[in-house]
Amino acid sequence: MNVGLTRCMTLSRVISALVLAICAFMPFLAPAVGEPFLIGMFARAMIWSIAALSLNLIMGYGGMISFGHAAYLGVAAYTVGILSFHGVTSAWIQWPTALIVSAIVAFLFGAISLRTRGVYFIMITLALSQMLYFLARSAELYGSDDGLTIARRSATGLSFLNLNDRVTFYYVIFAALLLCLFVLWRIVNSRFGMVIRGIKSNETRMEGIGISTYRYKLAAFVIAGTMCGLAGILEANLEKFVSPDTLNWARSGEMIFMVVLGGMGSLFGPVTGAVVYWLLQDKLADLTEHWQIIFGPFLILVVLFARGGIDGMLKRRPRDA
Amino acid sequence: MPEPILVTESLHKNFAALIATDSLSLEIMPGGIHAIIGPNGAGKTTLINQLSGMMKPDSGRIRFAGQDVTDLAAPARVRLGLVRSFQITSILRDFSVLDNVALAIQAGQGHSFRFWAKAALDPTLREPARALLEGLDLGARNDVRSGELAHGEQRQLEIAMALATNPKMLLLDEPMAGMGPEESARMTEYLAGLKGRITMLLIEHDMDAVFALADRITVLVYGRAIATGTPDAIRADGEVRRAYLGDA
Repeated sequence: MNVGLTRCMTLSRVISALVLAICAFMPFLAPAVGEPFLIGMFARAMIWSIAALSLNLIMGYGGMISFGHAAYLGVAAYTVGILSFHGVTSAWIQWPTALIVSAIVAFLFGAISLRTRGVYFIMITLALSQMLYFLARSAELYGSDDGLTIARRSATGLSFLNLNDRVTFYYVIFAALLLCLFVLWRIVNSRFGMVIRGIKSNETRMEGIGISTYRYKLAAFVIAGTMCGLAGILEANLEKFVSPDTLNWARSGEMIFMVVLGGMGSLFGPVTGAVVYWLLQDKLADLTEHWQIIFGPFLILVVLFARGGIDGMLKRRPRDA
Repeated sequence: MPEPILVTESLHKNFAALIATDSLSLEIMPGGIHAIIGPNGAGKTTLINQLSGMMKPDSGRIRFAGQDVTDLAAPARVRLGLVRSFQITSILRDFSVLDNVALAIQAGQGHSFRFWAKAALDPTLREPARALLEGLDLGARNDVRSGELAHGEQRQLEIAMALATNPKMLLLDEPMAGMGPEESARMTEYLAGLKGRITMLLIEHDMDAVFALADRITVLVYGRAIATGTPDAIRADGEVRRAYLGDA
């Protein structure tokens, strides 16, 4: 029992709970400390958390280093934007459509890229997502390079779910984050999750015990893509704007940063990673506009000295005690 | 006379100019242990790679349990009950010993598109895995990360994973490789205990183990079977002594 108790009390879990608590109370905390802009910042960080969480399923748990994860974020955001542009503003149409579109894109991209391994896989996922980026840039009807402004947030038709209300929308995002965490927690511990983790550990061995790995990897890809689509929907609504940059490889790279920073293959790690990423970016940008010069080496240090990211660092501590 | 469980018909495999498998026709009878011996480079592992589906033969057919499996992928053959172990230990090193075996048992229970229930709490996976490890003297090591096991224990886990898939036939690629004499003897005893239940194709350099276990032996030299027979017949075969066993 004692062992169980200590395990529950690891620093990593305390930090996770703390991060979630801060997210939960931010709409009250931010005005109280006189920095209301923090609400928007945390809303953004939570959306990025969802995207990073979804990437972590395939990258952290499944060992599939996708460099094109922004594709699903982007197509979902564009789906919301384009539907809105054509006058379809209902959330009940926009959201499911966007999720289905990102699932289909993830299925197609996965079906192609998962036939390759290693560097080829990274390059193909990158190339496929860049294709969409250039497609978006050339779509004149939808603003090309300038992007597409979304007149208003998705309409739910429910008075208590008015997304134009800042706090309501904030809690919708928070609820989506909790939902994703819960769903992922179930998935990674399920039979399916064990197979995905086994594939990361030793794919040949998995085939040797009778697992046709391709179909499991593809299923994980679609789940991750759809979840990232949810982040895209939220982002389109938060910014009321979608541009080709949503699809750019730089966004995919940022997601990888967050996952690595937080801790690959740890359930909560990507959330910590996303929040720390946003805070660092914000604080460092105050110091210098070339904040990446500091952030880059910082990330390298994390990779070199804190394998398993922030989460891995926190987990090592209590064992010594 | 029972039907053979595994048949190869003029199996052929070249690597550029090197002939690894040369018109090899084998018939393996169910229930027994059929050993393949031969010098290094005789094409023993290449043969297992083809039988298990990890390598495609250039020509020839493979039939298993009455079904032509030549064009089946490796995982599909495993699901039919044709399961291999690896010469270079292949385990899930970041998984606990128990999780390794539980996952192999899971793989033998049909598809794994089950997304919700916790696998680690599933008694239909954990109980048989525990029982299997108990039988292999790995019972006390259930919760150890398998990458931290001693070499001999890893070899045992390798076999345990193959067994956990509930095979009809095992393709054992040097199960005793790198084991000490004591471990080797224990493994020999364990494999002997499986005899009758599971057909085995055994590749092994440990001749004590081979002659203690095998019902039939095929001698492979340059991909070609130069002799097949009972252990006594092989021991007495002049050509085999010259080619491989070392004429004293």
